[in-house]
Amino acid sequence: MKERFKFLRLASGKIGFGLFLFAIFVAFVGPLLAPHSPNESVGLPLAGPSGGDLLGTDDLGRDVLSRVLHGGSSVVLLAFIATVIAYAVGLLVGLIAGYRRGLTDPVLMRGVDVMLSLPPLLFLLVLVTATGTSTATLVIGVAIVQAPGIARLVRTVTLEASVRGYVEAAIARGEKTSAILRREILPNIVPSLLADAGLRFTFSVLLIAAANFLAIGLQPPSSDWGLMISLNRKYISLNPWSVAAPAIMIICLTVGINLMGDAIGRTMGRSRAAGWSR
Amino acid sequence: MTDSRPDEGVIAEGVRITLDNGDDIVEGVSLRVQPGQALGLVGESGSGKTTTALALLGYTAPGVSVSEGRIDIAGEEMTGRSERTMRKLRGRVISYVPQDPATSLNPAQRIGSGLRVMLATHREGASGSDIEGRIRQVLEDVHLPTDKEFLGRFPHQLSGGQQQRVTIGNAVSCEPPIVVLDEPTTGLDVVTQARVIEAVDRLRREHGLGLVYVSHDLAVVSQVADRVAVMYAGRIVEEGPTESVLGEPRHPYTRGLIDAIPDPHTTRRLRGIPGISVGVGERPEGCSFAPRCSLAIDACRAAMPTLDEVAVGHGVRCIRWKEVGALATDTAPIPPRHLEGEPLLTVEDLCIGYGSGRQAKQVVHEVKVELQRGECVALIGESGSGKTTTARCIAGLHAQASGSVTFDGEVLPKRAQDRTRDARRRIQYIFQNPYDSLNPRHNVHDQIMRPIRILLGLRGAEAEKRFEDLLDRVRLPRQIGKRFPTELSGGERQRVAIARALAPEPEVLICDEITSALDVSVQAAVLELLEELREELGLAMLFITHDLGVVSSIADRGVVLQHGRICETAPIRDLLDRPTADYTRELLGAAPRLLRRPGDESEPAHLGAELPR
Repeated sequence: MKERFKFLRLASGKIGFGLFLFAIFVAFVGPLLAPHSPNESVGLPLAGPSGGDLLGTDDLGRDVLSRVLHGGSSVVLLAFIATVIAYAVGLLVGLIAGYRRGLTDPVLMRGVDVMLSLPPLLFLLVLVTATGTSTATLVIGVAIVQAPGIARLVRTVTLEASVRGYVEAAIARGEKTSAILRREILPNIVPSLLADAGLRFTFSVLLIAAANFLAIGLQPPSSDWGLMISLNRKYISLNPWSVAAPAIMIICLTVGINLMGDAIGRTMGRSRAAGWSR
Repeated sequence: MTDSRPDEGVIAEGVRITLDNGDDIVEGVSLRVQPGQALGLVGESGSGKTTTALALLGYTAPGVSVSEGRIDIAGEEMTGRSERTMRKLRGRVISYVPQDPATSLNPAQRIGSGLRVMLATHREGASGSDIEGRIRQVLEDVHLPTDKEFLGRFPHQLSGGQQQRVTIGNAVSCEPPIVVLDEPTTGLDVVTQARVIEAVDRLRREHGLGLVYVSHDLAVVSQVADRVAVMYAGRIVEEGPTESVLGEPRHPYTRGLIDAIPDPHTTRRLRGIPGISVGVGERPEGCSFAPRCSLAIDACRAAMPTLDEVAVGHGVRCIRWKEVGALATDTAPIPPRHLEGEPLLTVEDLCIGYGSGRQAKQVVHEVKVELQRGECVALIGESGSGKTTTARCIAGLHAQASGSVTFDGEVLPKRAQDRTRDARRRIQYIFQNPYDSLNPRHNVHDQIMRPIRILLGLRGAEAEKRFEDLLDRVRLPRQIGKRFPTELSGGERQRVAIARALAPEPEVLICDEITSALDVSVQAAVLELLEELREELGLAMLFITHDLGVVSSIADRGVVLQHGRICETAPIRDLLDRPTADYTRELLGAAPRLLRRPGDESEPAHLGAELPR
């Protein structure tokens, strides 16, 4: 599909796609390329970069390069799952609130507002305190934090889409609400949501990294970019790469996805707008 | 006509406007407009008229440039100068009135401050009281109030007609010798349109303004312009004095456009121009119009004809112009039909409201409509008259109503979803705007198949057969199924929308202003199609429109609505030839007609005497 890759014509699309590919490659192919196991002690603790260990070692003498190569898949996968769950919930709530209006809309939206008023990290802390640290808690916690914002956005774009003639035509021929939402409204709000999805995923990555950093997410000895920054920051003056390398990877991933999402949203939006004007 | 120096008006010579990829949008266009004159630039969508008009202002869209020719306005060259210089010239030597005032006026700027900015920019050194005086004068010229309260209003606090007069006021505020108006009355009601046209015409007469009036509506142009240039596929195909060009057209395209214009006082069948307009980059060798022309011969396809003078000041780009006069116009009136029996659809005492509590507002009051099998009833009124609301209520799209809608002996529930599948199948609705009523994310095949599956319950080969029959019926090629709405022209889209409405074999078709977004020739073709469908399928139609000309060519009876109340119901000829309600007369008087200005002595005798004013 040529249409799908139109965003690559934009410079931001190209750069974003490059950064994203690089981060995904490191996260998923990295473990195969790592010279050492992530938890194997290979030399003196906190050695700087040398011929043998390109990025040096951490406080337990583990190879930083190997840990960076192993440490991406968890954060990428967890953030992806959390974002998908958040989108599933937010999409449903937003579509229903935006399309049904009446009493459904204010009831759902006030609930959303309450959720939005909770500070994300505080919420995660309370959740972890109540249920204990586990990967599932982390993913669900991040999804709960993300869902209300998504619901709000979806509701707004749905409101606009549901007064269109093609939606009325569907109502007049007696389509079920679920069919109208799926066939008529959803395909038309996707461009707006794609740009947002990139941002949400970024936020999930950062939130998971932050949770790991605060030791309420993944626990040592997992090799994870967020956790690595947290554990190694005390030794930043001895081996700066032990913090910089995972930080750079998080930056590549988040900036890449954002540039890409932005470019996709812009190219899709443009072709749609052109269609309406003539 | 005023005697004027050659450097006062518009002089455009051999203008060619080209896309960056080398395709011509406009070619060999030469125009002359003197102050105090009005030139009508007419053509259908894609003819290059707006591109030409904007080029007069020294503006071309990104990726487009004037590659040949020269444009002088009041002695100033408008091509190839810096953006900075151009900005100074625009407003001072030439200004622009865009099509949609609602989007062209800054919603955050008060009327007075908009005018003040305009004047302060172009009249350096003018004192505050000079500017205030000029603002008052400008508003008086366009017949708007001049008090402080009005100057302090925001655009959304004005009606559409007032907004358009404000943009005209803005355009003339710095007294440029030339003003370009781009479809300034499209989207306005006939009565409002008549007032705006009157204001423009007075500016020309009293202040000697030169006008370039761009429009697709020949009837409107015939009321303001003393010369007309007809554009087709980027070239001027006919140009000359209005009476001569529109009264005795010598180009088959002009002739086709005129035959496509509906008129409230004749009942002839309209004829569309066959085929579709050629796009930029796909223009054929020779005459661009040849593929659609009934007079075309081999010589037409060999070379582009030149613009030759065939009468005084009347140029035509056609080698067979002598034959055009002999083309027969179908003037045979449509005989009135007699339909009797039980009405198929009865609307009784329909009252419709919006909102709830304190904001509740009733917009339709006790409307009664009857529709027989095979009959076409027109619901006529201006915007805000409640005609669309009534139609939506009948279709089950607006439930806040009292009164009853009875269809084939049964009272219909208010909401479409509460109606039986059969009731939903038998009444179909076609929406006003084909750009909005087709889902841009589904292809034509899927859009038409949906009602076939849902309402007719057909599947597989049977459904495909029905789909193909429908495309044949609305005269669309089969391959169109794979295309998406954005890839279609306005006329093609409306045909797809009609096919979708016909898909479940309905008995009543509700058509909501379905031709108002289309060019006249396309409109004529769509009306022709509807007429044919009605005869062959025995469809009953409820036709919602503000256009009395369209009503005349298609409807059997008319119902006139004003402020949500019926003010007249009558057989169509009685309604248009012998109206009894004042409001109907007002609508008729304001309807633009080819070469007949409103209130002219040349109005038909039976009507002229009754006209108010």
